[in-house]
Amino acid sequence: MSARRLAKEQPTEFSFSAENLEIAKQQIAKYPEGRQASAVIPLLWIAQRQGDGWLSEPAMRCVADMLGMAYIRVYEIATFYTMFNLSPVGKHLVQVCTTTPCWLRGSDDVVNACKKHIHEKPHTVSEDGTFSWMEVECLGACVNAPMVQVGDDFFEDLDGPKMEALLSDLRAGKNPEPGPQNERHSSEPMGGATTLLDKEIYAAQGEN
Amino acid sequence: MLQDKDRIFTNLYGLHDWRLPAARSRGAWDGTAKLLERGHDEIAEVIKESGLRGRGGAGFPTGLKWTFMPKEVGERPHYLVVNADESEPGTCKDRDIMRHDPHILIEGCLVASFAMRAHTCYIYLRGEFIRERERLQAAVDEAYEAGLIGKNAAGSGWDFDLYLHHGAGAYICGEETALLESLEGKKGQPRLKPPFPANVGLYGCPTTVNNVESIAVTPTILRRGADWFAGLGRPNNTGTKVFCISGHVNNPCNVEEEMGIPLKELIEKHAGGVRGGWDNLKAVIPGGSSVPMIPKEICDTVLMDFDSLRDVQSGLGTAAVIVMDKSTDLIKAIARLAYFYKHESCGQCTPCREGTGWMWRVLERMVRGEAQVEEIDMLYEVTKQVEGHTICALGDAAAWPIQGLIRHFRHEIEERIGAVPAVAAE
Repeated sequence: MSARRLAKEQPTEFSFSAENLEIAKQQIAKYPEGRQASAVIPLLWIAQRQGDGWLSEPAMRCVADMLGMAYIRVYEIATFYTMFNLSPVGKHLVQVCTTTPCWLRGSDDVVNACKKHIHEKPHTVSEDGTFSWMEVECLGACVNAPMVQVGDDFFEDLDGPKMEALLSDLRAGKNPEPGPQNERHSSEPMGGATTLLDKEIYAAQGEN
Repeated sequence: MLQDKDRIFTNLYGLHDWRLPAARSRGAWDGTAKLLERGHDEIAEVIKESGLRGRGGAGFPTGLKWTFMPKEVGERPHYLVVNADESEPGTCKDRDIMRHDPHILIEGCLVASFAMRAHTCYIYLRGEFIRERERLQAAVDEAYEAGLIGKNAAGSGWDFDLYLHHGAGAYICGEETALLESLEGKKGQPRLKPPFPANVGLYGCPTTVNNVESIAVTPTILRRGADWFAGLGRPNNTGTKVFCISGHVNNPCNVEEEMGIPLKELIEKHAGGVRGGWDNLKAVIPGGSSVPMIPKEICDTVLMDFDSLRDVQSGLGTAAVIVMDKSTDLIKAIARLAYFYKHESCGQCTPCREGTGWMWRVLERMVRGEAQVEEIDMLYEVTKQVEGHTICALGDAAAWPIQGLIRHFRHEIEERIGAVPAVAAE
C-alpha cells in the first residue's frame, strides 16, 4: 500500500464546467438506475483534468454530491487509486515506469534524465512550472521498454539521451510524436515483423 | 511454427487499418448472426471443446466458466465484464488487441455475452490506457452505427449494449472480484469467494469476468471450429497465444504463436535471441512477474504452455516472458518486483499488507549484502506464510518470485552476503 494524503493547501471551491458536466452525465448514464456510484472514478478523472492535473478536496465533494455518495467514500477512492494526484503537478506530468521489465532495459537512465532536466526530487514541480516527474509501477508497454507516460501519451523505446531530447522538445513547446522513439512502428520486433508476412491473409483488404 | 493463416490477430502490430471496413475485410464480423443461431449453450460447448483456457493468468477453462452462469435469466440481469486492466509486469498484449484489432474484441464481447445470456457488457480498462480507450471507444461507436451492437445486434435478434469503464491505477483491480468492486465505485479490494461472480457478481447479479484475449479469440474459434483450435498446441494446452517478450533480448516484441512452442525457439525466432547469445542467458520469468523464474538449464528445453511450466514449478501466467542475461543482478530484479507488490497490495489482508513490505525490506538489504545467511531461510518461510493465506492471489504472486529466486539462485544471495564483512553486534 502507499500512504497518500490530501494536500494541505486547497482551493475553496470546485464546480464542473458546462462541457465537463455534459461528459460526466454521459458517464453516469452507462450504469443502471441506482448504481451511479459506478461513475466515481470516471468523474474524479474528469475533475482532475479540469483541475490542472490534480484532485482537490472540493472537487471530491462535488463528485460525491453529484453521485449521492458520502464524502468519505469518495476520499477513500481518491486516496486508493494512484492516478489521482492529490497535490499540484507540472503542466507536463512525466511518469517513469521503473518496474523490472523497464529497469532491465535502462529505466535508471530515464530517471536520471528527469532528475537533471526537471528536479532532483520526484513530485516536485520544476521552477518554470512546466514539469514534474514521478516513478510509477508497470504501465503495460513492456516490449517497448523503457518508457514513460507524459499526459495521455506513451513514449517508448527510450534511453537517457532520447529522454533528454524528449524533455527539451516538450519544454520548447513542441509536440513530439508519441510511441516508439526508434524506428519501430509499435510492438513488432525491431527491423521488421517475423510473422504476418503472408499477403494472402490481407487479400480481401485491398487498399488498406 | 504457427502459420500466418492460423493467426487470429492479423493486425497485432497496427500495420493495417483498425477501422470497421478493414477489420471486416480481415474476417471480423463475418456472419456473426449465423454464429449466434447456434444457441447459447451450443456456443459455450464449442468453446469448451476447443480447450481454450483463460488468457489472463490463471488458465481456467473458458467454456466451463461460461457454463457456471444460470441457464435461465431470473430477476437479476446477467453481465459479462471484460478484464482489460492489463497490469501484470511484462504483459502488454491486450493493449495491442484494443488499439490495433478492436473489432475482434467487440465481436467477441457480443458472442460471449450471448452465450451467457447477458445483454450488457462492460470492458474495464486500466486508467493509464487513455489512447487505447479512445481507440476502443471509436470502434465501439462504429459498431453501434453499423448495427453490429445495440438493438438487434448484427441482425441476431439479441439486444446488446457495450460500455467502456476505466480504473485509475491499481494493479489489484485485475483480480476479478476487486475489479467488480471497483466497477461498483468502491476501493478495489477483493471479495471472499464463494459466492462466485457467476452467482453474485456485478451489482449482485450473475457475472462472468474474462480476459481480453480470451474473449477476442472466441469468434474465430466459432467460425473455424473447435477442432481447428484444439489441433494447435498440445492436449489441455491448446490454441494460439500472444506472447510478450521483454528484457535482455535483441528485439523485444509481442507475437502470436502456437501454445507449447519451446521457449528457446520463441526467443530466437521472434525476439532476435538473447543479448550476447543463448549462452549469455541467466534466467527467465516466463509468465509475468507473478510466476517464479527459471534458470537457463530449464529454459534450454521447456515448452511454453500451462502444464509444461507448472511441471518446472513456474507457470504460463499471462505468457509475458521477461528475459535476464548474465549481467543481471537477480536479487535486485526480484527486490524491485517485491516493491511492486508492496505498492500494489490493497491492504485488506494482514499477511499481504505487512508481508509484502517486510519481504521487500529484507530483499533490499540482501541486494546490498547486509543480511545474515540464516535470513534466507527466514525469508523463504515468510513467503510460505503469506502464500495461500490471503483472500486473493496477490499474496501468492508476491511470494512466488522470491521463492523462485531462492530456489534457483540461493548461492548468489549467499555470495552477496559473504562479500560484505559481518557487522559487529551493536
